[in-house]
Amino acid sequence: MRFMMLMIPKGYEKAAPGAMPDAKTIAAMMKYNESLQKAGVLLSLEGLHPPSMGARVSFPGGKPKVTDGPFAEAKEVLGGYWMIQVKSREEAIEWAKRCPASENETIEIRQVQEISDFPAENLPPKLGAREQELRDELERKAKKR
Amino acid sequence: MTASATHSAIDAVWRIESAKIIAGLARMVRDVGLAEELAQDALVVALERWSETGVPDNPGAWLMATAKNRALDHFRRNKLLERKHEELTGEMELEQEMAAADHETALVDAMDDDIGDDLLRLVFVACHPVLSTEARAALTLRLLCGLTTDEIARAFLVPEPTIAQRIVRAKRTLAETRVPFEVPRRDELAARLSSVLEIVYLVFNEGYSATAGEDWMRPALCEEALRLGRIVAELVPNEPEAHGLVALMEIQASRALARVGPSGEPILLLDQDRARWDHLLVRRGLAALERAEQLGGQLGPYALQAAIAACHARARTAAETDWTRIGALYDALAQIAPSPVVELNRAVAISMAFGPAEGLALVDALASEPALRSYHLLPGVRGDLLVKLGRFDEARAEFERAASLTRNARERKLLLDRAAATHSRFRVVK
Repeated sequence: MRFMMLMIPKGYEKAAPGAMPDAKTIAAMMKYNESLQKAGVLLSLEGLHPPSMGARVSFPGGKPKVTDGPFAEAKEVLGGYWMIQVKSREEAIEWAKRCPASENETIEIRQVQEISDFPAENLPPKLGAREQELRDELERKAKKR
Repeated sequence: MTASATHSAIDAVWRIESAKIIAGLARMVRDVGLAEELAQDALVVALERWSETGVPDNPGAWLMATAKNRALDHFRRNKLLERKHEELTGEMELEQEMAAADHETALVDAMDDDIGDDLLRLVFVACHPVLSTEARAALTLRLLCGLTTDEIARAFLVPEPTIAQRIVRAKRTLAETRVPFEVPRRDELAARLSSVLEIVYLVFNEGYSATAGEDWMRPALCEEALRLGRIVAELVPNEPEAHGLVALMEIQASRALARVGPSGEPILLLDQDRARWDHLLVRRGLAALERAEQLGGQLGPYALQAAIAACHARARTAAETDWTRIGALYDALAQIAPSPVVELNRAVAISMAFGPAEGLALVDALASEPALRSYHLLPGVRGDLLVKLGRFDEARAEFERAASLTRNARERKLLLDRAAATHSRFRVVK
C-alpha cells in the first residue's frame, strides 16, 4: 500500500516568498527522511515553496480563473509530502508519529489509490459485480427519463 | 482505542521495530533463535499491557526494554554460572548494560548507535549458507520482515506447520553449528552477500510469478522483497550488486500492472502498454542502477540484468528498444554468469537486432542443452522465430511443445492460442 504523508505547517499560508526552514529543522528532517529510507519504505518526497510563490487556478462557471498567492482565504496549505510504501494504514500512522514535527505542524495521512494496480481477478468478485449493478441501474434510470 | 485498533497499532509497531529488537537482542545473547523468542515474549506482554494503557509514546523503546528484562530473567533461570565462559561474559555485559541504562530511552539510544551493524549481522545470519534456501527465505521473512508463520505459509503456498518446522529447524541449525553473530570477513563478504541477495530475489520472484496453479501474482511478497532489498542496499551502500538488485526489482515491479490483461492473461513485455508502467518505480530503478554503476568496477549479474531491464524501461515504445545494447549486456552476463537461459535471452536480443535467422541459429545451438530440455521458453522462443521466418507448421509444433511444458495455466493458454494462430488465416506475425 502507498500512503502520502502530507505536511501541513500552520502559518505557511502567510510565509514570505523564499521562506525556508532553519538549519536545525532541516537537519532533524533529513535524519527522519534517512530513517524512512533505511527502513525501505520511502518512495519519494518533496518540499514545497510557500503559497506566496504559487498560484491557484479555480473554475468559476466552468472557466479557469487564476489567483496569485498568497491566498487570503486559505487556512491550511501544504508544505511538502512523503510517499511511503507500507503494509497498513496503521504502519503509515506509526511512521508519521516518528516525524520530528513542531507544534504548529500536522501530518495528514492519505492512501494513494491503486486498486487498478491489481489485476481484476485479484479484486473481490463482489466489487466488479457491484459496479455492474450500478451501471445497470444508471442505465435503467436513464431510460425512464 | 478499541481492542482491534490497538492490535493493529501493535502490529504496525512490530513491523517497524521487530527486526531491530531481534538484532539488538541477538548481539547480547548470541543466539538468533533465542533473541526472536525473547522479542516475541515482549510482544505478548505489550499486547496485554497496551490493550489497557494504550500504546506508549516510544513503543520501540518499551519493547526493547521489556525484551532485555526477559533476556536477563532467562539467563538467571538457566543458572548461568554453570554455563560456558563466553556466555558468562555475555551475561556480565548484559548486567552492566542493564545497570547503566537508567531510562528506557537511554537504553535504546545506546542501541541505536549500533543498530545498523546489528541489523546487518542479522541479515547475514538469517541468510547463512549453512541453511537451505527454503529455510533462509522463511527465516528472513520472519526475522527481518516481521511476518507471521501463517503469512509466510500463505505466501509460499505451503501448510503453516511446514513453515513453522522450517523456522524451528533453521534456528536449531544456527545454534548447533555455532554460526557467529557477525558481519562476514572481507574475503567472505562477496559470497555471503550473494547468499543474501539470492534470498531477496527469490522472495521477489515468488511473488512476481507463480510457477504452478492459477494465481499469476502474489503481490505482497514483491513488496516485502523490495523493502528488504532497499534495507540491505542501505546497510551495505558500497556494494554495487545490492543496488543492482534493487534496480532490477524496482524496474520489474514497475510492470506489474501492465503485464496482466483484463482477464488475467499474461501480456509479454513488448506488447505491454507502457503508459501503464509505474513510472515512479522506473525512476527509482534507474536511480538505483546509477548508484551501482557509479561505484565502479565490472557490473555483477544483478546490475547487468538491471541494465537490461533499464534498456526496456527507457524505450518509449517497443520499437525504440536498443536491442544491440541488450545483446551486448547479455553477452557480458554470459561471461560472468554463464547459463543456457542467458544464452536463450541473448539469442532473442540478437534476433531483434539482426533478424530472426541470426537468433534461430543461436537457439538451435541450445536445443541439445540438457538444462533446457523441459524449459518451456526454449520451444516458445523457437516458435516465435519460426513464425517470423514464415515457417508456420514448425512454429505450431514448438508452441504446442512449450504449452505441454509450462506449469502455469495462463501461460499454457497463451501458448496454445499462439499455436492455433499459426494455422488460422489470421496469422499474427510478431
